[in-house]
Formats: sequence, structure tokens, C-alpha cells
Amino acid sequence: MEKELYTITVFSENTVGLLGQITIIFTRRALNIETLSVSPSAIKGIHKFTITVFTTSEVVSKVVKQIDKRIDILKAYYNTDEDLIHQEIALYKVATDKILQQGSIEELIRKYHIRVLEMNKDIIVFQKAGHYAETQQLFEELSETIGVLQFIRSGRVAITKSKVERLSDMLQAIKKYETQE
Amino acid sequence: MKITGSKAIIESLIQEGVDTIFGYPGGAIMPTFDALYDYDDQVKHILTRHEQGATHAAQGYARVSGKVGVCLVTSGPAATNAITGIADAMLDSTPLVVITGQVGAALLGTDAFQEIDVVGITQPITKWAYQIRRAEDIAWAMARAFYIARNGRPGPVVLDLAKNAQFQEVDFEYKPCTFIRSYIPVPKPNPSQIELAAQLINSAKKPYALVGQGVVLSGAEKELMEFLEKADIPAAWTLLGASAMSTDYPLNKGFLGMHGNVSPNMKTNECDVLIAIGMRFDDRVTGDLNTYAKQAKIIHLDIDPAELNKNVRADAPVLGSAKQTLPAITQLLKPAKHTEWIESFDVYDKKENDIVVRREVYPATGELTMGEIIHKISEATHNKAVVVTDVGQNQMMAARYSNFSQTRSLVTSGGLGTMGFGIPAAIGAKIGAPERTVLMYSGDGGFQMTIQELGTILQEQIGVKMIILNNHFLGMVRQWQEMFFEERYSFTKMKNPDFITIAKGYGIEGYEVSKREDLDNAIADMLKDDKPYLLVANVEMKGMVFPMIPAGGSVTDILLGDEGDKNDNSEPEVILEESILNA
Repeated sequence: MEKELYTITVFSENTVGLLGQITIIFTRRALNIETLSVSPSAIKGIHKFTITVFTTSEVVSKVVKQIDKRIDILKAYYNTDEDLIHQEIALYKVATDKILQQGSIEELIRKYHIRVLEMNKDIIVFQKAGHYAETQQLFEELSETIGVLQFIRSGRVAITKSKVERLSDMLQAIKKYETQE
Repeated sequence: MKITGSKAIIESLIQEGVDTIFGYPGGAIMPTFDALYDYDDQVKHILTRHEQGATHAAQGYARVSGKVGVCLVTSGPAATNAITGIADAMLDSTPLVVITGQVGAALLGTDAFQEIDVVGITQPITKWAYQIRRAEDIAWAMARAFYIARNGRPGPVVLDLAKNAQFQEVDFEYKPCTFIRSYIPVPKPNPSQIELAAQLINSAKKPYALVGQGVVLSGAEKELMEFLEKADIPAAWTLLGASAMSTDYPLNKGFLGMHGNVSPNMKTNECDVLIAIGMRFDDRVTGDLNTYAKQAKIIHLDIDPAELNKNVRADAPVLGSAKQTLPAITQLLKPAKHTEWIESFDVYDKKENDIVVRREVYPATGELTMGEIIHKISEATHNKAVVVTDVGQNQMMAARYSNFSQTRSLVTSGGLGTMGFGIPAAIGAKIGAPERTVLMYSGDGGFQMTIQELGTILQEQIGVKMIILNNHFLGMVRQWQEMFFEERYSFTKMKNPDFITIAKGYGIEGYEVSKREDLDNAIADMLKDDKPYLLVANVEMKGMVFPMIPAGGSVTDILLGDEGDKNDNSEPEVILEESILNA
């Protein structure tokens, strides 16, 4: 079966040790997590994990069910890139003198839509947001030309293209269930 | 009114209806044991001889009674000793609440004496693991623990209880947990899947049901019979589904899996609709998935969404409790008769009977066999006993040759296959079902893995009837060595102690039997009263469990062993010839 990149989205209660519970499910199947980002979601008290993993649809569906099964997980689902608007953010630190020797910063900024976050006599820090390939392309260009002192890229954040918000639907269903009980 | 956290733990147990717990005291749980001292008349504590024993005893208790088994142990090594039982309960869906002591919150993370990351260690092998660091959380966490352990697909919960929380005083108010927003234990059945399942069954010529523990856990034994009878569906059971149907139930076609009966395995690849009920297509049942039931439409009923389409893709996955989904499907079934299909099982049954069963159960000469002992004891207990097993040949023989007349009658370590499960699980089973005879079959190997629990039997005078099927070998491993490792018996031969003398040391009466003519009397003597008893049966050293589907083989690749002399060492052969396969 063909492997591709899947984005797993997990909504959970904000309790201690949840990340561990999620990661061991990947470990058991010897799956590498490509990227991971965790933050509070739009709903108070609920955290959101965005995980990318390179695998088959069969494996990702089983992994997601096993994540969803954990008691403190509200909802887990997965998507491929075509369902998603997604973004990563990257920071690049370069030496100021090298970049001045090189010539134009303007050209770089125009070509890559980068922002300058910090500039002093020693270093300049650029920020670029985009897909992996885009942030990577800038990294490669800078590495080849002036060298990159430090580079960091965030995990992916993603939002679905569909109109349906699965979590709010689910929370509504839960509310209904709760009042029935 | 304020009470200590320790007292709050015990009060919570009482609120949950717990009257028996299994445990072992130690440093970090001492305040709770101190509180327990005043509740002797309400909560009976069984002191096992090892924390592993406490967990297996709690499992045995839970498996026969349907109640939550509770363990109370200290931190560090006690918690790690409990791991095997917790993992066993996870794989076999047994409801447990295991409370482990923990160092005080101020010492957490400092490698304090007997500190170990219990939550971290147990997260992969529990339904829920939680650390209680302050007394205010006790009532909430206890209520949630019991709710999670017993609802939906049951399983073990670990509560790691910091010492300071046991000392702290707290306003105790107990509110049972009835709802967790992130966990829906019993999903509502989807009517379209129910309809689809009924349609498939209604159009089936050769429907066939596989019965797992889900039927027992949801208490759907009656619903199962109504379902099977309405559409005249033959059924077989997994190891953990044993006794969900009584042995003499006409639609009960026997035991599935590696050492199961021939017809239930063969028919898996002949049926046209396969209905799996509360079972999880374990590899010991399915063998090679690439050749498993490929001709059949698959209906899979399970309460756990993660089980659906995990190993076998279902044409009709039916999510929900068997207690609800079975009657919902039954309602839509057309009454049918499948006489010819059901009778077609007979040819395999006869073959198995002729080649395997007769020799194992009714040997005329030679040494005692495991099967004949189990068969005789089953008869002597009128098929009413709770049968607890250890793991290995004794386990497979007990499952094959015990007859069952009521549900929750086989307690065995299925998923984890834990040697040493037998003695402590039998202790728990006897406490959970005191009015029933509890038999415990073990090999000489497994018996010695938790032999110290004889001390628990001595102290509590637990009337379990223990039978060691002694072949002086780690029999199942030896069987594999004979069959697949060119008889290279690498470290499977055992020099055993005098088990009778050991039992005597624990005040347990016992008898060693080697001769066929003594067997009936030995069994009668064992069953004469309700006291603990050890019967050591010296059986043939190289006994084999047949039929056997070699690991990874197809469910139709069944070895029946050789037909001739037992001492003949020739290779076991596949007996099912083409003519039989096509019969």
C-alpha cells in the first residue's frame, strides 16, 4: 500500500501525560512522527495536537482509532494534504556581514516573502511561513550562498477546508447525550 | 466533616460496593492500610504473597463475579510486580482498579526511595492511569476509576496515590461518576449497520457465528441463544468466549483457534457469512489472515471501535454492546433452518474424535494423559465447576476437555498468556464465587511461578482444588521443540520438588496419582469437601496438544498428530485428506 503524509488532529482534555499516551501508540508501530505541534484550541480547556506522519492509509486509520480510544481524548481524525490548509513557520539566523557582502536583502524578501524579526551588527533573523517545501527552499538557498547560523522550523498547523467543524458537532452531540442521561 | 485521604479511599471503595480487596502493605501505602484496619468488617482484605498474585487474584475475582477487582499495593517494586496482572487484565478486558502507593508529592521526580513512574509505566497497559497528589482529588478519581474500569469494554485502571494525599484531611463527599465527555463507553448501534447485518444473514446459506468474551462481558448469553436459534446458526467460541454457551447446547460447535476443534476452524473457510460477536480476531484464532475466511462476508459486532477492521475487514461492522446489537439484529432475522450446513460439521468432529479425542480421553494403556484427567474431573463436578488454568498445555487441554454448563466458568490468561496466573486467579475466583467448586489446572512449570500463593490459601483457607498436570517439562515449549526445533529440548526439562510435601508445609492436603486405576478415587477424595487440595497427576512426559494449527498457518492447515503408537516419534502429519475437505 502506498505511503503518504497524513495529518492527524487530536482534541483532548488538558490533562498531564496525554502526549505520552499518544506517542506510545506511534512507538508500538515503529512510526516516526514527522512534526508535532500542541496548543490550546479555540475551545477553553481543550487542547489540540497536530501530528504529521508518513505511512499508509490502513495504518493511519488504526493509529487514529487507538488514539481516539484513550479516555481523555475527545476526538482524533486524519486528513491528507488536499483536505487541508496547512502551514509551518521557520526562523533563519544569518550573519549580518555575510548578507551585506552578498548584496541585496530586498531581493530575498521579495522572492520569499520573508519578514525580518531582528537585525543587529552581528546577526539577522528572518521568518518565513509556508509549506515545508517553501521553507526548505529558502534554507537551501541561504545555506549555499551565505550560510545559516541557526535554523528552526515549527510543526505543522492545519485547518480543514470543509465547512464542518467536527469537534463542535461532537461537543453538541455530547451535550445532548449528557442531558438525556 | 473532614477525614483523612486514607479514610476517603476506603469510604470510596465502600461507596462503589467493594467488599473484598487483594493487596500487600508497604511504606508508601501504610496510611491507607492503617485506615483499612478499622474497616475490617466492611472490606475484607486478602493478603497475597506477592503483588503479582494480588493482581491475578483480583482478575479471577472479577472474571467470575463480573465485579471490579481491586488491588492495594505500595510504590516502587510493588507497583512493578503488579504490572503483569495489569497487562493481563488489559489484554483480556478485565475490570480492575489497582491502587499503588507513591512517595509524597514533594519527593516526586527526585528518585526517592521506592519511587517509580507508575503512571508512565502503566499508561500503555491500562484504560486509564492517574496520579492522585492531593486528598481533594480522591473522591473524583476513585469514582472515575470505577466508572472507566467497569463500563464499555472493561479494563484495568491504575491510581497512583501519593503519600501526602493519604495523610491530608479533606471534606469527603462521594459522587459516583456517570459520564465522561471524552468517553462514550457504549456506543449507540447504527440502524443501517444492523439492517445490513440482518440482510447478510437472511440471505446466507451457510452462516456461522464466532462467540467471544464480549458476549459474557455484556451479559448477552440469552440474547446470543435467541439470535442463533432464530436463524439456526452454528457457533464456535474463542478461548475467552468459553462457557458463554453450555457445552451441550446443540448449536455450540466447539473451540476455535490454534488448539481448537477441527470443525470450527475448517468451517471458518467454508461459511458464506461469518458473524464475529465480541471477539477480536486474535492471531491464535485466525492464523494466517491472508487465507482467513476470504470466501465469507464478515459481520463484526464489537463495542470497541478500534477493534473493527483492525485485523479482518468487516463488510458489516456493527459497533455497540452485544446486549443491544444482538437482539436488534435478531428482530430483523427471518426464521431459517440450516440443517444440512450444521450437519456438515459432523464429518470433521468424527475425524477429530477418532484420531485425537479418543486417544487423549479414553486411553486404555500407557501413562495418564492430561485430557483423561480433565475429562474425569469435569464429569465428577457435573460440569458445574469454575475452571481456572495456568498457561500452556494444561490450559489448552482444560479448554478442550472441560464441559461447561454455566457462563463465566473458564478463567484463563488468554491475551497475555501469563504463566503463574493459575494459583492466584483461582484464589480470586473462589472468593468471587464461593458457592462454586473452583478447579485450578496447572503445569509443573507455571505452578512454581506463583507457588508462594499457597501461603494465601493457607491463611484464608481458600477451598481451591489444584491439579498439577506434571510432565516434568515445560510442556508446550517442549511440544514446539519436538515439532519445529528438531527435538532439541533446550532448557525445558524440569527437576521438580515434591509438590505434596510443599503443600503439606502449607497445611494443604494432597495426593500424587500416576496410575489409571487410582484416578477415580483420587478425584473423589479431592472433591470430598470444600477444603484446599492439591492433586499431582504424573502424566505422560511427551504428551502433545492436538489438533494444532502451526503459528502463522491457515485455519485449515490442521495437524492431528500421528494415529499410531504414542511413543512413535514420527512426524505429525496433516490428516485431513482432500476427500474429507471436499465432503
